[in-house]
Amino acid sequence: MYAIGERINGMFKSVAAAINDGNPEPIQQLAREQLAAGADCLDVNVGPAAADAVAAMEWLVKTVREVTDAALAIDTTKPEVMRKGLALAGPGSVVNSTKGQQEQLDIFIPMAVEYQASLIALTIDENGIPRDANGRCEIALRVVAAAMEKGLEPDRLLIDGVILPVNVTQPTPGHVLETIRNVKLLSDPAPKTVLGLSNVSQGTAQRALVNRTYLVMALAAGLDAAILDVLDSDLIDAMITSELLMDQAVYCDDFLKAYRSRAT
Amino acid sequence: MSFEMPIEKWASAVNAVTIGATAADGGTRTSVVTVGGDTALPFLSFEGKSPNRPAIALEVLDVPPSEWPAPMAEAVGDVCQDTGAWACKCVEEFGADLICLRLVGAHPDQGNRSAEECAQTVKSVLSAVGVPLIIWGCGQADKDNEIIPRCSEVAAGENCLLGSATQDNYKTITAACMADGHKLITEAPLDINIQKQVNILVTDMGIDPSRIIMYQATGGLGYGMEYAYSIMERTRLAALAADRMLSMPLLAQVGADCWKAKEARTSEEVAPEWGPVAERGVVWEATTATCFLHGGTHIFVMWHPGAAALLRKTIDGLMSEEG
Repeated sequence: MYAIGERINGMFKSVAAAINDGNPEPIQQLAREQLAAGADCLDVNVGPAAADAVAAMEWLVKTVREVTDAALAIDTTKPEVMRKGLALAGPGSVVNSTKGQQEQLDIFIPMAVEYQASLIALTIDENGIPRDANGRCEIALRVVAAAMEKGLEPDRLLIDGVILPVNVTQPTPGHVLETIRNVKLLSDPAPKTVLGLSNVSQGTAQRALVNRTYLVMALAAGLDAAILDVLDSDLIDAMITSELLMDQAVYCDDFLKAYRSRAT
Repeated sequence: MSFEMPIEKWASAVNAVTIGATAADGGTRTSVVTVGGDTALPFLSFEGKSPNRPAIALEVLDVPPSEWPAPMAEAVGDVCQDTGAWACKCVEEFGADLICLRLVGAHPDQGNRSAEECAQTVKSVLSAVGVPLIIWGCGQADKDNEIIPRCSEVAAGENCLLGSATQDNYKTITAACMADGHKLITEAPLDINIQKQVNILVTDMGIDPSRIIMYQATGGLGYGMEYAYSIMERTRLAALAADRMLSMPLLAQVGADCWKAKEARTSEEVAPEWGPVAERGVVWEATTATCFLHGGTHIFVMWHPGAAALLRKTIDGLMSEEG
């Protein structure tokens, strides 16, 4: 699974403070820790508080780039912030994210092509979040068609089935699993699937357990990538073990260590 | 309608590993051997490259062989009484790319030669030939832990390949390899899971994965060859999928496996329907090696020069398509 570390996000108070103060150390520390914990990619989000989001993204990407060449997921809904982040992060980045309505696809798909990035597309459109898996797949199909038309290969497209907190809407985790399975049938090669995992446990009393259990279920359904808290080592252990049980890695007694040594 | 060849895209490659060091690199070898670096399944040149030719080692022993099959005695001759001269013949007459020196005489039941005696043998082979050396212990863990550090020391800087680290006995040999600048063989009993585990154990000690060659205790034709092949194939697939702990090149001890087989040894008087014994073992060994070549083996430790010659011919043919 392609693990995108979620922690460099202005929604966290310490990150917001670092951005506000122009203090690189906490950001660079989070970058190093998340990569050491198994992240393949780092999400970067300036958060809602930044007065000048473009300047904040510029500072944030440059700050992270001082310590790593790892892929970055530029996390914003604003095209000008996205463009700034992609330009500074370089090829192999992830556009996080576009929604499914045409006017957004017209902006973000060409941007992903231009900067040689992958694209996360949320199954949300002008009518909001669909109530079931069919609605989600309809949007995904439109996104796949638009991506093909504009020259973005399906395997650089990541469909996000939009998970909601389980204590808000309990049928949604099941709908998203069905979406993950069905999205694979939309094209050949199939688009990838991704989840903003931590959302499933928002506001619950057992956040880590809910995240961990749902990640395992989603991986079994064929999930390819997740934006998640890679610093939760139980969560990453569960991910590694799931891949092992699905024959995606060769077993050995120290299989957790083997996975974690892969990049060093 | 045009046909489009289905091409697999792989994420990674087998490590390339060099054995032997010339004067330029602090050794005294006149040639070195580099294996691995493959970016596809064996010899699928339309999907990737096998940039380095598989290598053939011939095996010599530190003591005159006992219970040798007649075709072996005939092919090698009296020179087997002297390890250095025997190694020399393997290179000059039989064209070996490497010499595999197996220190069987150190085994407590087969002569119990001392570490110092073994080290002298290593030195004599190093001075007799210019090709790189594989140095293998006697297979008895405690004794190997005595002799390998000394043999490693006298060959320091020669970038030899030392065997072998196992799940239960890996620390001494790994430390010796690291101290004296050698490459390491990690061994598993025909078990990919244990192979990966041994690789983790030795790399945990600090040896770089790019200094390891893997050896699965193989079986020859009729004795588990297919199973060995399937493990080789699975190992290659793991390497191409970027499993760092299974990305090392593979070695096979084809000679030792094949000449154990009754089909290779039994005389014509006992089994006339099996055909001439002079050819049987050679073909047994060459057939097994050819199978392992397609499985992805990089270094072949062979016994019979005739089998080695047949293998070399097969490699020539396959590598000519690599371009």
